[in-house]
Amino acid sequence: MKYILKGGLVIDPRSGLEQVLDLLIENGRIVEMSPELQEKNVESIDVTGKIVAPGFIDLHVHLREPGGEAHETILTGCQAAVAGGFTTITAMPNTKPCADNEGVVELIKARAEKAGLSKVLPLGTVSKGQQGQEIAEIGSLYRAGAVGISDDGEPVTNSEVMRRALEYCKLFDIPVISHSEDHYLTAEGLMHEGYWSTVLGLKGIPPQAEEIMVARDILLAELTGGRLHLAHLSTAGSVELLRFAKERGIKVTAEVTPHHLCLTDEEVKTYDTSTKVSPPLRSPEHLTAVRQALKEGVIECVATDHAPWASEDKEQEFAKAPNGISGLETAVPMCWDALVVSGLMKPRELIARFTTGPAKILTLDRGYLAPGAVADITVIDPDLKKKVVAKDFYSKGKNSPVDGKTYQGWPVMTIVDGKIVMEDGKVKEGR
Amino acid sequence: MGIKAKDLITMEQLSVEEIENILQTAREMKNVLKRDIKKIPTLRGKAIINLFYEASTRTRTSFELAGKYMSADVINISTSTSSVVKGESLKDTGLTLEMMGADIVVIRHSMAGAPQMLGKYLKARVINAGDGFHEHPTQALLDMMTIKEHLGELKGIKVAIIGDILHSRVARSNIHGLTKMGAQVWLCGPPTLIPHGLEKLGVKVTYDINEALQDAQVVMMLRIQLERQKAGLFPTLREYSQLFGLNRERLQLAAKDCLVLHPGPMNRGIEISGEVADGLHSVINEQVTHGVAVRMALLYLMLGQKEEW
Repeated sequence: MKYILKGGLVIDPRSGLEQVLDLLIENGRIVEMSPELQEKNVESIDVTGKIVAPGFIDLHVHLREPGGEAHETILTGCQAAVAGGFTTITAMPNTKPCADNEGVVELIKARAEKAGLSKVLPLGTVSKGQQGQEIAEIGSLYRAGAVGISDDGEPVTNSEVMRRALEYCKLFDIPVISHSEDHYLTAEGLMHEGYWSTVLGLKGIPPQAEEIMVARDILLAELTGGRLHLAHLSTAGSVELLRFAKERGIKVTAEVTPHHLCLTDEEVKTYDTSTKVSPPLRSPEHLTAVRQALKEGVIECVATDHAPWASEDKEQEFAKAPNGISGLETAVPMCWDALVVSGLMKPRELIARFTTGPAKILTLDRGYLAPGAVADITVIDPDLKKKVVAKDFYSKGKNSPVDGKTYQGWPVMTIVDGKIVMEDGKVKEGR
Repeated sequence: MGIKAKDLITMEQLSVEEIENILQTAREMKNVLKRDIKKIPTLRGKAIINLFYEASTRTRTSFELAGKYMSADVINISTSTSSVVKGESLKDTGLTLEMMGADIVVIRHSMAGAPQMLGKYLKARVINAGDGFHEHPTQALLDMMTIKEHLGELKGIKVAIIGDILHSRVARSNIHGLTKMGAQVWLCGPPTLIPHGLEKLGVKVTYDINEALQDAQVVMMLRIQLERQKAGLFPTLREYSQLFGLNRERLQLAAKDCLVLHPGPMNRGIEISGEVADGLHSVINEQVTHGVAVRMALLYLMLGQKEEW
């Protein structure tokens, strides 16, 4: 298949390129990038007025399969990913059974390949059975294709286990992804601790529950020289600790979710269980801090923490409902609207947090546009205003706290290996 | 004028006019309670369901009697003997009751937000009879009725609410209600049981019980639960009682004609001495009577006229 992507504003954060160019795509790769490309007998797709960016990468996705197929399958998760503009996603290992062995990693890879939509990079667990007691067979997981390890959903409470995991992963140069949470401080907590938790009578989770673990893991990364990646950073204190760590030259990276960038704890006031998430939505001063850190690149990437749940799980009392937000299909418009349309970040800066940022964290040869590169491309219409309709999500998880909200700046085309897998929000057949 | 919203979930939602209207109606209902034959036909043909996910004596019985005194059909469901034990969800339980013709569902639940959620799924009106640590609006209304009956008004009076503020829905509802009506609310308890951000609600917070009691016209004691001690929020009941218990000596700091309230059930000898609970200042038993009157008023206001939502 050969075609020209015509007239779009090409923004490539890696090279700094920002220019109206035509892209010639052939056999899954970008062949040529130049203004006013003329090729005889080649189909041309007009993307004038749109932004052509490297394919977006999401480092934090719960695909639920195997074990949680009522909430999501690898197929529906990949559909949601390309609908949301993502060409590569990771698969968190807290499935049932969990990815603490190469069998599960192989299964995820095979089913993702069969779905043929977004690319899926599996993650393995830190510990056997995610129990936090003994480290998993990280070497086997790595050989099977795991690009990092995480006990996400559960913190690694035992500092010795975390230390050994960071140390052992130096063998493979993969990051340990930390779900930073002090279990004792968050026990039975339901939302951010502050004014709203007081008014609503919901047990609070102080920011320090996250920060204590962020601090510990940073110190362990310094001790071991291992690579630490902090998942879903949500507090101003965590940002300060991250700055401190980077100044010390410690190998630490971090992500922030669209919901922590765009929503505050006030959203919980209706007891809508789709606002229940871990870490919880924070108060405005934390939101300001993570936005600033993202702009500066102190936080390198946006990751969704896509956590789909079947309606019967979320349609329960707030205390009973599970944590999580279905985020793949709203991440880009939420961030574009709040960060770019608002003027806080340049388009190039935000695109970098979805491309070069995550690619660097996992040392992936992706996230850029250049002749010869794999044609993973996300096209964004920066002017398109659209309302979020959760019931129309491709994801099985309709648990969205932004259902009904209108945002400006939507992905309108997703290209994976040269194949157009999403156009105008509609997912097409796989590669 | 009835209640503007479909459901009565919080004191926060009520306007001053709505509160005054409820209290006025409750005063009239109290006259019914004084009669020899306590039965009026007002709600004949209406169905009220008490859906209680938590143990209760006062609230459940008073809602039941309130409905019956006004000739409504009242059904009590205690979840321990219902399909909830079989794992039926709140949503399905509520829908089932509605399809049987419930006009009002009164819900008590251990989890904050459950009444809101139920209200969202039902066309029937929902009354919150206490949800977790969130709100207990009918308790605040009966407290306000009691205070008003003795002191004439709520505006400008000093009310001290003492005890476990963190876990108290009674405190939250009273904070919203009393501040709205112009009372000066003081909250007092150990720092471990005082949540963040209370000052934003227009109240004063102190850890010093003497400061809270000083010249207070109303002293409202809250129940302390043993499980809070087990959770490490205070060392022992003995120490709690010494620091925050109300006894005769301490009460002397309060205004000469002060009122002592307690939402019940009381831990005599812990948060309140038996002497004070039974003493001259105590209006604890009147609160119970007013509970029936206030709930009659609410049921009347919410079922008496036809409205659409």
